[in-house]
Amino acid sequence: MRILGLALRRLAASLPTLLIILVGLFLLLQLAPGDTVDALVAQIGGGDPAMIDELRRFYGLDASAAVQLGNYLWRLVRLDLGFSAIYGKPVATVIIERLPATLLLMSSSLALAFAAGMALGIVAAQRVNRWPDTLISTLGLIFYATPSFWFGLMGIVIFSIHLGWLPPGGFEEIGAGHAGLRRAVDIFWHLLLPTLTLALIFLATYLRIMRAAMLEVMTLDFVRTARAKGLAPTAITVRHVMRNALLPMITLVGLQAGTILGGSVVVESVFALPGLGRLAYESVVQRDLNTLLGIVFVSAVLVIVVNFLVDLAYARLDPRVGAG
Amino acid sequence: MSALTLDGLTVALPAGADRPFALADVTFELQPGEIFCVVGESGSGKSMTAGAILGLLPPGVARTAGRVLLDGEEISGLDEAGLRPIRGARIGMIFQEPMTALNPLRTIGDQIGEMFRTHTRLRDREISARVEALLADVHLPDPAGAARAYPHELSGGQRQRAMIAMALALEPRVLIADEPTTALDVTSQAQILHLIRELQRRRGTAVLFITHDFGVVAEIADRVAVMSQGRIVEQGTADDVLNRPQHAYTRGLIAAVPSLTPPARPEIAAAPILVAEGVTKTYRSGGLMRRRTTAALRDVTLSLPRGGTLGIVGESGSGKSTLARCIVRLLDYDAGRIRLDDVDLAVAGRPAARRIQMVFQDPFGSLNPRRRAGDLVAQGPRLHGVPADQAQARARDLFRLVGLDPAAIDRYPHEFSGGQRQRIALARALALEPEVLVADEPVSALDVSVQAQVLALLADLRARLGLSLLFITHDLRVAAQICDRIAVMKDGEVVEEGPAATLFAHPAHPYTRSLLDAVPGRHWIPPANPSEGEP
Amino acid sequence: MDFLRRYLASPPAVIGLVLLALVLAMAASADLLFPRDPLGLAGRPLQWPLANPRFWLGTDNMGRDIAAQVFHGARISLLIALVSTALAIVIGVVVGAVAGFYGGIVDDVLMRVTEAFQILPNFLLLLVLVAVFGSTLTTVTIAIGIVSWPASARLTRAEFLSLRNRDFVAACRGLGMGDARLIFAEILPNALPPVIVYAGVIMAVAILLESALAFLSLSDPNVPSWGNLIGAGRSVLRTQWYVSAIPGVAILVTVLAVSLVGQGLNDALNPRLRRR
Repeated sequence: MRILGLALRRLAASLPTLLIILVGLFLLLQLAPGDTVDALVAQIGGGDPAMIDELRRFYGLDASAAVQLGNYLWRLVRLDLGFSAIYGKPVATVIIERLPATLLLMSSSLALAFAAGMALGIVAAQRVNRWPDTLISTLGLIFYATPSFWFGLMGIVIFSIHLGWLPPGGFEEIGAGHAGLRRAVDIFWHLLLPTLTLALIFLATYLRIMRAAMLEVMTLDFVRTARAKGLAPTAITVRHVMRNALLPMITLVGLQAGTILGGSVVVESVFALPGLGRLAYESVVQRDLNTLLGIVFVSAVLVIVVNFLVDLAYARLDPRVGAG
Repeated sequence: MSALTLDGLTVALPAGADRPFALADVTFELQPGEIFCVVGESGSGKSMTAGAILGLLPPGVARTAGRVLLDGEEISGLDEAGLRPIRGARIGMIFQEPMTALNPLRTIGDQIGEMFRTHTRLRDREISARVEALLADVHLPDPAGAARAYPHELSGGQRQRAMIAMALALEPRVLIADEPTTALDVTSQAQILHLIRELQRRRGTAVLFITHDFGVVAEIADRVAVMSQGRIVEQGTADDVLNRPQHAYTRGLIAAVPSLTPPARPEIAAAPILVAEGVTKTYRSGGLMRRRTTAALRDVTLSLPRGGTLGIVGESGSGKSTLARCIVRLLDYDAGRIRLDDVDLAVAGRPAARRIQMVFQDPFGSLNPRRRAGDLVAQGPRLHGVPADQAQARARDLFRLVGLDPAAIDRYPHEFSGGQRQRIALARALALEPEVLVADEPVSALDVSVQAQVLALLADLRARLGLSLLFITHDLRVAAQICDRIAVMKDGEVVEEGPAATLFAHPAHPYTRSLLDAVPGRHWIPPANPSEGEP
Repeated sequence: MDFLRRYLASPPAVIGLVLLALVLAMAASADLLFPRDPLGLAGRPLQWPLANPRFWLGTDNMGRDIAAQVFHGARISLLIALVSTALAIVIGVVVGAVAGFYGGIVDDVLMRVTEAFQILPNFLLLLVLVAVFGSTLTTVTIAIGIVSWPASARLTRAEFLSLRNRDFVAACRGLGMGDARLIFAEILPNALPPVIVYAGVIMAVAILLESALAFLSLSDPNVPSWGNLIGAGRSVLRTQWYVSAIPGVAILVTVLAVSLVGQGLNDALNPRLRRR
């Protein structure tokens, strides 16, 4: 109860932030050359001024900026993200179609990066400044410095083109008509390379934080107490160091949620995945600003939700939270 | 047979340290059922001694010679695996900071129970029964509740009780207590010392007690060893060492311990220079939904006589530092007035503010590490329009005044020792030629010998410059020596105020009495230095 | 002097410095070695590296010299990274310093704005900015700076929050010092080192962001850019994979160099943490 209340309060605190984002985006939209009607008119190949004015009235674009802002926010409250002129359907529908692929990619690579980063960080901290640490830290640094799209492309060259083990792109075999478990396996094979690509960049960050946190906690007084109590090194690591070292890792998940979403734009484009990220890219290319803003809004909400979950996890792990 | 023997123990420091050995030829015997105090100033190697016994030395530091024997059996040659059954089970340890010495994420009961889980094969149910019994033994009011509590839910004194319960869980032969009361308030300190004494008597444990405080030694020790520069310079019974010290170093240290009896001094009849009337300050914390308020100062009324020293004494959270910060206008108060002569400080601007200057507790934090010492002192005059070269010349004079070499004005703060930094801070405060100096625990972070020098300097400056001094301290010994009048604060209120001699001889308020009773070694009167002149 | 000695004592830091010097040398010598327009037609398309001594890194699918593009690309990458990092640091330090120093309502408002920028996935925000303002060299650089400042603001704020309660600040107040002087002359010099070190991280990310943008051909198409070249190579990935592979190595080396130098600076500034 205490934990939930706390996390809910944090959630409520992010509402003003969301408002700032929305107002900021709206103002950006005002600055953009051309509006929805221009896009529509371009789509249908021109139109006479009377019709354009009619359309402007229809979309409420003839009102003052303040009124438009009010309308925009009110529509968002009703989860109406507007209409995509390019796709010919409501933005919300377009986004919901694309959401599953992104969520799947995000959660699988986050889980992979977190788990592997934690494990490698522990190993590196245990062997600090010896060869396993040097090897792990060097690899981590190289992964970190590698552009994800290049990693993906090279993965395709090696595993799809030369070895032929993995599909070069797509979410699943289209037209194969798989269902149930076979479909899941098919999706797994398709997502393996994209997940690895996205996870490897973040793996480096998690690994570095875990290693640093472990080393930091090892110098704390209560670890000395544990040694003075006669605990064996493994018991000290497992019972006293690890849980404390996990706290910064949990925080990092919240901080990186947005970065992972951003990274999926590139990865989805490389692997031709029908996700939110690629949708964002397409709407930039096609100048479909309504859809783009819808995606940004949904992403912001997604990040806030992830942070809510992170708060819950953190408060469970740390009894001091909320004690003032 | 002695419980613990250190025989010529020598521990080397890594290359590049200020001396080759952390410990050189340390030899003593700890008998069963006695409390043996190792006392020394910072850097004397007293804590290193505690660590060396159980092989808990910092990286790069290693034993090079000598032996440690537990019940006649050598343990200094053992490796980590060999030491583990001894740690906790046969030698228990408690540390200075009870907050950081406990894992913040696990309950007290869990951490004490870990002793049993590591060293015994007791079942969970027995373990929790034992844990509660232990917590009851250290007089925690609600043992079952304390077992379920996390460290942050207990007070400092309670946490140290829990640490003691943990260290004594397996009835070890030897208890090593490394400055266990240094982080505590004086009343908690008295209780913890009493508890250690009580448990040690009941169980016959041999206690190795590390401290820097001669008052604590007088309170608790059966025998004493005095350490300096990694060597034991003198050891003997508490009575001998405290009252008839032989070694010059010990004599100097004991002479530096302020006596709890205020010296006779004339009553100051001058009119007050600084008056606080009904000063009230409330801290607000928390967000919009859960607003919490803490009354830091409630209706505080005090006056500082011109040319006198008013001491403000209290434990942490009594509001004494808040009062100091209100007076120098670092904090705004909610109600009341503070007047300097007849100027209301809340209304007056900078010209009045420079008449009151402040010296802070921490000589490391109060000097900007990126400025030269001379610039720090010259800064005040510069801000008030004195040209650079004049300000620098003034800084040089002030350095001489506070007993520093004027050639050192180009050095950075980290190149000075703690006592020297406090002198720089004094010079900086004096640079604006204030009439009132507010000193907030100015000697608390200093070793006892340095503390005596800084106190002497303060008294000297006060007399020479005609300063009026507001002296904030938690240390009643220091207050007794330097203050003409003393105000005792508790929970934001002044509970008693009066001339120092009267207050110490006939405390009126029960809280003042309990504070005085809690002063460690209050019945011990440090002997006057038998050697001629200052040490 | 001491600082330099500590820095040079760490092999990774020295490797980083050498790599960075290499990239800088590439950027400096680009005009000398490849005076012709790197985006102009140079020869027969898709020549493998080392196949033709004139094009030792080969040519891409449009017949442009890959080596020329890599060398000229180093300039663009470093230019964008340096300017946008400087921009991010300046914005971040000012916001963080003001928020941390004054606290209260000012802090609340500024932190909400910072949070807003952190909640928005930075690459998505970059896409929006480019979509709205177009993709010239200037707009891309400014946009990268705008999406990168929140971390340095948080870092500066945290430093200020801890420093503003230090006694030396109180002492300066007691001497009668004003806020602006306190912030910039007393606190900022103490708060800056960790922020400067963090610039290495911002710069590494800036290079990666720019290359990703260029890879999606949303960066300035009129300047040679590594990401652009990788994107161009996608269509011939199946057979001429080197077109994409070579500029990727350049990005990797540059980001690695910047990260290693940043880490080396950090270790040299905090000798206590060194052994970790």
